[in-house]
Amino acid sequence: MIYDIKLTIDYTYAAPSDHTRNLLRLMPLNIPGVQRVSARHLNSDPRPDERRDYLDFFGNPTTSVAWHAPIEAVSLSLRARVERQVTPPVLDLSPPLERLAADVADVHSLAPDAPHHFLGASPRIAPNPEITAFTRDLMRPDITALQAVEALGRALYEQMKFDPDATTVDTTPQEAFAARHGVCQDFTHIMIAGLRGIGVPAGYVSGFLRTFPPPGQPRLEGADAMHAWVRAWVGPENGWIEFDPTNDQPAGVDYVTVAVGRDYSDVAPVRGVLRSSGGHESHQAVDVIPLDAG
Amino acid sequence: MAKAAQPVDGADLFADYRVKPGVSDELFNAQGQMRPVWQRFVDRFARLSPPEIAARFERGNQYLRDAGVFYRQYTNDPLQEREWPLSHIPVILHETEWDQICAGLAQRADLLEAVMADLYGPGRLVSDGHLPAELVAGSRQWLRPMVGVPPRGGHYLHFVGFEIGRSPDGSWLVLGDRTQAPSGAGFALENRMATGRIFPERFPRAHIHRLAGFFGAFRTAMEGLAQGSGGRERMAGILTPGPHNDSYYEHTYIARYLGLMLLEGEDLLVENGQAMVRTIEGPQPLGVLWRRIDAAFADPLELDSRSQIGTPGLMEAVRQGNLSLVNALGSGILETRAMLAFLPKIAQVLTGEKLTLPNIATWWCGGATERAYVQDNAARMMIGSAYACDLPFDLGATTALGGTFRGSARDSIAEWLQAEGPQLVGQEAVTLSTTPAWVLDPDADLSEGRVLPRPMTVRVFAARTPQGWTFMKGGYARIGRAGDATALAMQRGGSVADVWIVSDRPVPQETLALTRSGDFRRASPGTLPARSADNLFWLGRYVERTEDAIRLIRAYHLRLAATDNPADPRLRSLTEFLEAYGYDLDQPVPDALLERIEAARSCAGKVRDRFSTDGWAALGDLARTARGMTRTATPGDDAARAMSVLVRKITGFSGLVHENMYRFSGWRFLSFGRALERADALAALLATFADPAAPTGSLDLAVEVADSVITHQRRYRVETSRDTVIDLLALDADNPRAILFQVQSLRRLAGALPNALENGRLSALSRALVPLESALSVANPSDITTERLIEIRTQISVVSDLLATAYLR
Repeated sequence: MIYDIKLTIDYTYAAPSDHTRNLLRLMPLNIPGVQRVSARHLNSDPRPDERRDYLDFFGNPTTSVAWHAPIEAVSLSLRARVERQVTPPVLDLSPPLERLAADVADVHSLAPDAPHHFLGASPRIAPNPEITAFTRDLMRPDITALQAVEALGRALYEQMKFDPDATTVDTTPQEAFAARHGVCQDFTHIMIAGLRGIGVPAGYVSGFLRTFPPPGQPRLEGADAMHAWVRAWVGPENGWIEFDPTNDQPAGVDYVTVAVGRDYSDVAPVRGVLRSSGGHESHQAVDVIPLDAG
Repeated sequence: MAKAAQPVDGADLFADYRVKPGVSDELFNAQGQMRPVWQRFVDRFARLSPPEIAARFERGNQYLRDAGVFYRQYTNDPLQEREWPLSHIPVILHETEWDQICAGLAQRADLLEAVMADLYGPGRLVSDGHLPAELVAGSRQWLRPMVGVPPRGGHYLHFVGFEIGRSPDGSWLVLGDRTQAPSGAGFALENRMATGRIFPERFPRAHIHRLAGFFGAFRTAMEGLAQGSGGRERMAGILTPGPHNDSYYEHTYIARYLGLMLLEGEDLLVENGQAMVRTIEGPQPLGVLWRRIDAAFADPLELDSRSQIGTPGLMEAVRQGNLSLVNALGSGILETRAMLAFLPKIAQVLTGEKLTLPNIATWWCGGATERAYVQDNAARMMIGSAYACDLPFDLGATTALGGTFRGSARDSIAEWLQAEGPQLVGQEAVTLSTTPAWVLDPDADLSEGRVLPRPMTVRVFAARTPQGWTFMKGGYARIGRAGDATALAMQRGGSVADVWIVSDRPVPQETLALTRSGDFRRASPGTLPARSADNLFWLGRYVERTEDAIRLIRAYHLRLAATDNPADPRLRSLTEFLEAYGYDLDQPVPDALLERIEAARSCAGKVRDRFSTDGWAALGDLARTARGMTRTATPGDDAARAMSVLVRKITGFSGLVHENMYRFSGWRFLSFGRALERADALAALLATFADPAAPTGSLDLAVEVADSVITHQRRYRVETSRDTVIDLLALDADNPRAILFQVQSLRRLAGALPNALENGRLSALSRALVPLESALSVANPSDITTERLIEIRTQISVVSDLLATAYLR
């Protein structure tokens, strides 16, 4: 499936400040055998005085931009064409959950895809006894690591309420879990916390999800949003698999990956620090247009 | 008394000094004989009477107080300082023993550099199985953005510390490596200054190795790191977390000592991959930072996003190879406690050599064998977090010592090890050696101490130079309270001591000035960080504002005492005038006044490297005195007298600063703040008390508040009239309490600031001041109406904004 992806993010700053510096993680990844990016352009208005593109530790395309003079507003826009391959369903070759720790310990590597990065606490996800207990209760004896991932994803989908107004980008997993509501970021953080709690290495994926308009209605311009889901390491055979707890499904052909990391802080689309006091406002519009569907 | 006046036999002073069995001691060897290196010191010390000892120790304490040495305790009051806990008797080691220690530590420093290069490079220690991946990946000290980023100049580590202790068999052990931002080197200098006051005689002084050579070598090395490839001159600075940090005093001291700029994160910006210092002359390139903040906080953009003390883009400057950091970002990983379990083996893998100086025996409980060993030997272990970076004896609440917990809710060690093994390490609870300390009972006089053995560790410092590692010939000893080695931490009541490295022969008397290399360039005094300028400007304003308020409050209480009638119209107008600034005159010492003093102190606290310690002490004295008066002062005469005391104290501060401060940019911003505030205060005073509608007696009040009673009598020889008062307090170019006088000062100060001319034209700041000065110079008193005074205040606030725009951001 080939997608044309359009995204714009507009920021308005209450108090303009000099030397605004941002780190952008917005451009889709090339993943051999999974997704191929044939074109991608990221622009900002006003044009930044500095711009550098590089790959971060996890291999995500990262753009560092800076404006030297004070700016009051900035508009970021992305245009990308991405081909997402259809991947066959995952055959469960994962070890029983209790044996996963030994498999993890056998990986002597600090490479970006090594499971060790994704087991301990990360900036936005602290170990949480409630989420861990909830996860452990779902685990029947002899469950495999892959089944464990799917069981937790499904349980969260069934027991959490999707509510776009209940949480913010700064809501912690424990807060969202206690209230059993949130958006894709909250679902993803909670699931990661739960998986790590039972010893399954788990990370955060940011990207785009193709959405389907209600039958008989046209697709609404700009109505999509960036999405988030979970990747988990389930042993040396299956390696990393991806699951979307917000929609209770593996992340398949409808999903386009932008960045992977330990949690939201590693993949935040726009990371930036303003010297000024005063806040900012932002507006986001996303379109994921399947080419062959017109 | 008679006995105390007599010289006491040395045996008496040391009568209670008994070394515990199984403990090694610095003073006595295993056979109970005094080590020769102590002999001459003890001979002399023992000849002193307790009052003489007390007098000497007090000289040392006095030096530390005068110098303003303090240690910050983490409390709610950010400015609370604890007196420096000096243990007056030094730790004495012979240079031969010291050289052996340093040779072992140089080997260790090279090992740490090699481990660092691997952890941020190829990662072979992990892939070859010499270090568990989870220990590295699970540590928040291992900074992923640094992976694959080679350090500028090729080295990660430039300044390291080692905490060492002597074990019962007399050999030395490394207890911990300090690679993140080792503190204590500046404190070691201050300890040395203090012991110099206590033991000023040629012996021992001539035989003690000096510290200056080490600092000179380090500074030269820093200077080398700073310079860019293109020969472009770049500055060197110390990056401090700011006045709230427990070691902030050390940062200010060492910045002054080494002639480096003291910088906070907000002083820096990164432009096109180059770190720059925001100065009053615009951004200036920076080549090297001696980092005293944890690396994770250095850059909120790429590292810990919660950091309020970092600089966005700093990592980018490192990545582009334009900034050297002492030490490289990410070097905290080497301090991880579990690392001590693997370093001995890694040394053999990487270098083929054994560590000549072993580290404290450590077992990582992630392995089943090690876990079982730790559990079986828990009685002689310290068990704690594998990822912790604090030193073995800085035991936290969740550490187990000798098989028992320190305040944790866990049931059993076995259960704990089973549940959290990979997060834990066991370390041998080594018994540290003891050293003589002057021990006092609570509330006892300094002369009533006894010499008793106390546990100690020594921090050793090494700096990388082009010729290799160089070591400070001296150190920073931490002395435990009671016999308890767990009480070494200063936060918990331990103390610190100087470390003397003694030679049999007199040593070279080097100083920092002598070791200064020929081509060393000191940061020019003109490079004033904008933040320092801002704090000096506001310090000037707050001090002036405080003085003004004190005089007004005094005027109120003098009149209250005279009239005893709060309804008196002059009292009413004073009350209203002060209320507008938040002063509640029902309080003899209004809370708002204390707040102004604290505001001034807070500004001063941020620029302590820029003015004298006497000035800082004077401000502290003012704050203490004012706080004390809140409990005692009563309205009327008493409060007026109290205000007189405060006026004298605050003018004492101003006098100290203005008499002693070097006439450069810093002084100009302080003076600008003071002049601006005074001009504004005079305009406000006259607008109210010289208003034609003001109650009778207001003109006299204005003259009194402006401290110009005598001048008025001399100059006019008549009663006050509106014209004479306006003439004296607004238009007199010779009266420091006149608006014109202060505006002239402002214009002169503005003319001496950087960029006073822009393309041959006066700067916007000067252009705002010149017309005001001219207008006041030619005005008649009748021109200066109340409306005009209000207009002048507006013009003054425009001047303040222009200064801020041009220099303070």
